[in-house]
Amino acid sequence: MSRRLALWIPLGLFVAFLVVVGFGLRRPPQTVLASRLVGKPLPEFDLPGRIDGHDGLKTADFRTGRPVLLNVFASWCVPCAIEAPQLAALKARGVTIHAIAIRDRGEDIAEFLARYGDPFARIGFDDRSRVQLALGSSGVPESFVIDGKGIIRHQHIGEIRPDQVDALVAKVEAAR
Amino acid sequence: MIAELGLAALWMAAALSLLQLGVPALGLRRDDPAWIAAARPLAVAQGVLVLLAFACLIWVFAITDLSVKLVAENSHPDKPWLYKIAGSWGNHEGSMLLWVTVLAVAGAGIALLERRISGRMVAATLAAQAAIGLGFHAFLLFASNPFTRLDPPAATGAGLNPLLQDPGLAFHPPTLYFGYVGLSVAFAYAVAALALREVGPTFARAMRPWVLGAWVWLTLGITAGSYWAYYELGWGGYWFWDPVENASLMPWLAATALLHSVTVLATRDALRAWTVMLGVVAFSMSMVGTFLVRSGILTSVHAFAVDPRRGGFILALLAIYIGAALILFALRAGTVREGAPFDAVSREGGLVLNNLLLSAILGVVFVGTLYPLAAEALSGTKLSVGPPYFEATAGPLGLLLIGLIGAGPILQWRRDDPTRLARRLALPVLAGVIAALMAVAVWNARGALIVAAFAVAVMAAIASPIPLFRRKLRRTPLHVFGMVLAHLGVAVSLFGMAANAAFTKEALVAVAPGDSFALGDFTATFRGVDPVAGPNWTAIEAAIDVRRGAADPIRLTPQARTYSSPVTETTEASIVTRWDGQLYGVLGQQNEDGRWQVRLWWKPFVTLIWVGGCLIALGGIIALGGRLWRERRRHDR
Repeated sequence: MSRRLALWIPLGLFVAFLVVVGFGLRRPPQTVLASRLVGKPLPEFDLPGRIDGHDGLKTADFRTGRPVLLNVFASWCVPCAIEAPQLAALKARGVTIHAIAIRDRGEDIAEFLARYGDPFARIGFDDRSRVQLALGSSGVPESFVIDGKGIIRHQHIGEIRPDQVDALVAKVEAAR
Repeated sequence: MIAELGLAALWMAAALSLLQLGVPALGLRRDDPAWIAAARPLAVAQGVLVLLAFACLIWVFAITDLSVKLVAENSHPDKPWLYKIAGSWGNHEGSMLLWVTVLAVAGAGIALLERRISGRMVAATLAAQAAIGLGFHAFLLFASNPFTRLDPPAATGAGLNPLLQDPGLAFHPPTLYFGYVGLSVAFAYAVAALALREVGPTFARAMRPWVLGAWVWLTLGITAGSYWAYYELGWGGYWFWDPVENASLMPWLAATALLHSVTVLATRDALRAWTVMLGVVAFSMSMVGTFLVRSGILTSVHAFAVDPRRGGFILALLAIYIGAALILFALRAGTVREGAPFDAVSREGGLVLNNLLLSAILGVVFVGTLYPLAAEALSGTKLSVGPPYFEATAGPLGLLLIGLIGAGPILQWRRDDPTRLARRLALPVLAGVIAALMAVAVWNARGALIVAAFAVAVMAAIASPIPLFRRKLRRTPLHVFGMVLAHLGVAVSLFGMAANAAFTKEALVAVAPGDSFALGDFTATFRGVDPVAGPNWTAIEAAIDVRRGAADPIRLTPQARTYSSPVTETTEASIVTRWDGQLYGVLGQQNEDGRWQVRLWWKPFVTLIWVGGCLIALGGIIALGGRLWRERRRHDR
């Protein structure tokens, strides 16, 4: 009798397989990834500053009651240079922008800002990508909209293109 | 006209496959010899019609008929001739027509050539085959018609992905399809044997050449696909445990197990239910493989032809065929008599162990491939299963299996003496131990799995020819030579993998013209870059001279290519083969300071991986030829 029952096991396994892939087929194809950190507070950090006129950056700097844009960038990153005019446009429209420089030297950043413009209020230096990873950011550039309580409201992956400036301003306004 | 002719042929073939299913099935029920005999001509006619449809598709691609949607989307008037032809199956619709073509031609082959088994068995097999064909015909005609017209015709073609413009890839999909379809024939035999209660040595001998042939094609397909990924993708890796690669590995594992168990059934009339089960599993794995590739359900570097509706269609076919076969198995296998008995230490025992290990490997690969999907279904978490899992699970099991490769063929049927086995294996085991010690002490290999791989490879290589010792070689059947060669190929391939894993040297540098850098024993000098042009691409080509000791320098010329239609950038690795390994160079981006990123590998004995794969396939071909020749001679007497 047990052998008779055992012969149905392959069919049972096959039905389990069908259930799993049937589920997989009904799942809508995913094209936009929602950041897991949206809605969560910023991780605790305190990064040193290295450039005159720009203090370092720590978590407490975000709890001012006003939303800001946090830009993760580096002097060695070509797309970061490409997005510089868009950051300048955002600043001109009244958005405060803090920056985290990833694995960079003070003199290189100073040269980068001299060449492409300097839209930043504070610049913290993250030499080992610790804060970058804690933010859930895997590359440069990335930008985060942080509300006045230090909660992450939006994550923008890759460089900001000219046609995306309006949408980002709206995100910052919405975080007010 | 040609496209309409192809479509008409396809519709008629679909109608014939309905008859090929219905007429013999009714004939078998009513025991009507005329209806049973009708299966053969129906199968031949269907094969001819589908072949005609496929020829029409090749024709419209050859003349680049831009009023056919498929041609406009996948071809281009400027494309090299070979790739125009290959383009006909380098897309979803065409590849499905190729599948149906191979299936129908295989059916015609059975109808014309199969004389060993009863007419009833032939009719039941062809009916089962027609059932499979019918589903794929419906899929083609209702969900992926290759002959759809465009009105007005396109001005020009949309080209073919330049990554696919490669002789290796032109013949990679057909090779795998021959394998998959060969397994569908084995499946049809298994279903027929279950339905007619004829599970025995005769059935096994009829099924064996198909399994062997399918297995040879799958071996070639996997070997070629692996080499293609190695030289075309520019990562220097030969196997990525990508879902699509696993999709081709799983049928191969099942076919390998089936190949070994079918021999037990043919020779000793044992392992009956198990062999039938493997016949069903092997074809299921081909269907699962096709489904995973075509539905885009798993994220993969190979993602193409992603369309959930098509995925749903293939899944429905899978559910019907495999579900029905498994229900038949559950109902009938209980009535299959136990086969002939055997001892634990015997050829049968060895082959059972082989089958268990292969099934275990198949199990872990299957689970690893589908686990991300199951995890998401059950708990909503997204995760991916990478090479570490597969290496940690399939690796040791594979090593154990290959370690036993030497023992199996020298065991006697029914019963053997363990001490005799130990005596005959003493030399290979000793050689394996010495190889492990040398790998650690002399060549500085690290990692238990890698050292074990060296030991097992050497042991298996020395043990594999033992079945030929103390035999009159001229009277030894060809299939024994085939087996020895295939087993040797496994050892050779494993040695290549171990050497590549243990001793690969890699350098990633940013260099200006004239700069030199070291790579192991080699010194490489970057000479600079030059623009070059091909028929439908332009490229920047780097010149790197690599020198070992005082020998003449070896020139590597990796390219960064840009194709014109569609505009696509690819990296063309430059590979130079020496007797003891390959140099592999890739040209990357130019830095802002003007220096170029260059990546260079030295991969010792890496070519042995594919040489081994070819030896395995060659062994299979020799065994297949030997078997067919013997059967013919036996039949003539």
